Amino acid sequence: MIEVSDLSFSYDGINELNFPAFSCNKGGKLLLIGDSGSGKTTLLHLMCGLLRPLEGSITVSGQELGGMNDRKLDTFRGQELGIVFQQSHFVQSLTVEENLSLPSLLSKKPISSSELKKRTQELLDRLGVGHKSKSMPKDLSVGEQQRASIARALVHYPSVVFADEPSSALDDTSTASVIKLLEEETAKAGATLIIVTHDSRLKARYNDRVELESNTSSLNLV
Amino acid sequence: MRLSYIAKRNLVSKPLQTALSAILLAFGVGMVSLMMLAERQMTEQFERNIKDIDLVLGAKGSPLQLILANVYHIDAPTGNISLAAADKIIRNPYIESGIPLAYGDNFHGYRIVGTNESYPNHYSVELSEGRLWETAFEATIGATVAEKSGLKIGDKFFSAHGLTDGTDVHDDIAFTVVGVFDRSHSVIDQLLLTNIETIWGVHAEHEDSELSKEELYASREITAVLLKKRNPMAILTLPNLLKETNMQVALPAIEINRLNQQFGLGAAALRAIAMLIMALSFASIFISVFENMQARRYELALMRTMGGTPATLYKLLLLEGGLLSIGGVILGLVVSRVGLFVLASAIEDKFQYDLGDLGILETEIYLALGAIFVGLLAAALPAFKTLRMDISKTLSNE
Repeated sequence: MIEVSDLSFSYDGINELNFPAFSCNKGGKLLLIGDSGSGKTTLLHLMCGLLRPLEGSITVSGQELGGMNDRKLDTFRGQELGIVFQQSHFVQSLTVEENLSLPSLLSKKPISSSELKKRTQELLDRLGVGHKSKSMPKDLSVGEQQRASIARALVHYPSVVFADEPSSALDDTSTASVIKLLEEETAKAGATLIIVTHDSRLKARYNDRVELESNTSSLNLV
Repeated sequence: MRLSYIAKRNLVSKPLQTALSAILLAFGVGMVSLMMLAERQMTEQFERNIKDIDLVLGAKGSPLQLILANVYHIDAPTGNISLAAADKIIRNPYIESGIPLAYGDNFHGYRIVGTNESYPNHYSVELSEGRLWETAFEATIGATVAEKSGLKIGDKFFSAHGLTDGTDVHDDIAFTVVGVFDRSHSVIDQLLLTNIETIWGVHAEHEDSELSKEELYASREITAVLLKKRNPMAILTLPNLLKETNMQVALPAIEINRLNQQFGLGAAALRAIAMLIMALSFASIFISVFENMQARRYELALMRTMGGTPATLYKLLLLEGGLLSIGGVILGLVVSRVGLFVLASAIEDKFQYDLGDLGILETEIYLALGAIFVGLLAAALPAFKTLRMDISKTLSNE
């Protein structure tokens, strides 16, 4: 479950972004949609604990992020959250399979190496890139990289998965396919899915959505 | 998967950058290490051979040449001196003992030295097989001579005139090998020892029987005498005693100090160059890590989102710097050994001296630890700066 209330943030200490309360149940899915400059990436970073709010609270899986010190927040983020970024970046010196083992290594989440190996291969197979597990990230196409990054976000059994503009560079068919994959895999893992996007094509798929209005600092919960 | 594995992969994935930094460091460490090794071995050789020799009596000329020729056997002698006159000096009350040396011939570049048993005794050299020479044209040979020339007990050989080549061979009388010395790492290893009468026999201009005993004694010459003093007054009085003769005494300790000072200037310059190369290599590691950090900012931010704490990533970056430094240092120590091997071959060919001890010196351990520490420091500074980055900003700017 994720719960956001009375949230505000400022980059420069002068202009404030205010976010009204919203929540999403455990295993649910929520769309955060808005134009460029509407504060959606800021909100995503606040929910991931990459930014500290000026005021308000964010509770993820029962843990209030503001009450954690930096070190605890780093570990919590690594263990409980999975993030799919707009650009599918990887550690270029490691293979796809090795990249997928990074979240559990870095967050010290206790997953045995045999279980991790099995889950990695299963996820990659389900996402259609199992044959690329030993490849270097640069040898994957953009679509394959995106699929591998979805697998990376899910491999360590996170309770919440955030996806930042997952369809920004894709055509309609690929968008539908990627979103379907994300929904299916998070549902299988029992994780909450939060998608942040400006892509209005996704509106129809989500009843639960938060629309961010441009040129304002308020959010309209639909 | 461990952090060390990721560090290794990161280094391997940039082979040119990694190799350049490692080679630069290896070159700097290698040069300093080579100088340490060469200096240590030269000093040891010099000290071992100078052992308890307070003065060297020989013909007038360069005192340094007298020492190099008669103590170390790496230079031509200054000339000959009269045996009778030398005996007088040996019997001086300020002198405890003297070891006579007479030479002028070689076998395959190794000097044939006429002396008595006090010479091998002075260096505490043991026989590995056979015995000491007893009669004329019997020779007991050093370990290196035996190894390189293949001579063994019972073998016969002819001496050649001069000290370096075999063009003018005395093929009228053959020497017989009667013994081989154990390796002592002293000058004896490089020599073939026989009695002085043999040297006179090789170069006899008159039939001995034509001369009376006194005439014969007066006509005998030797090359030098290694003297041990009984009283420090010997150092002050002997030069005065020899003023009107063709002889001189030289003090090995003083001459070698002078030589070291002359060599020392060159060595200091080389050491400074080596240090400069090491400093450059550290700068190269610093720049390489710094540029690497800039290029990998997003990658590092990504690792932070996956739970990597600043401390964990700092450890990763230090591991990369540490592995690079350790690789460079190991390569440097190998380079210095190869360098010493080449140098030793050249020196052995020219002077028959063995500098082939390739063991690790204590000072090299400090050099290696120091280089690794500075390498870590060169990685730590840019890593510290990079890990203070704003993750959100870095991810948003990409």
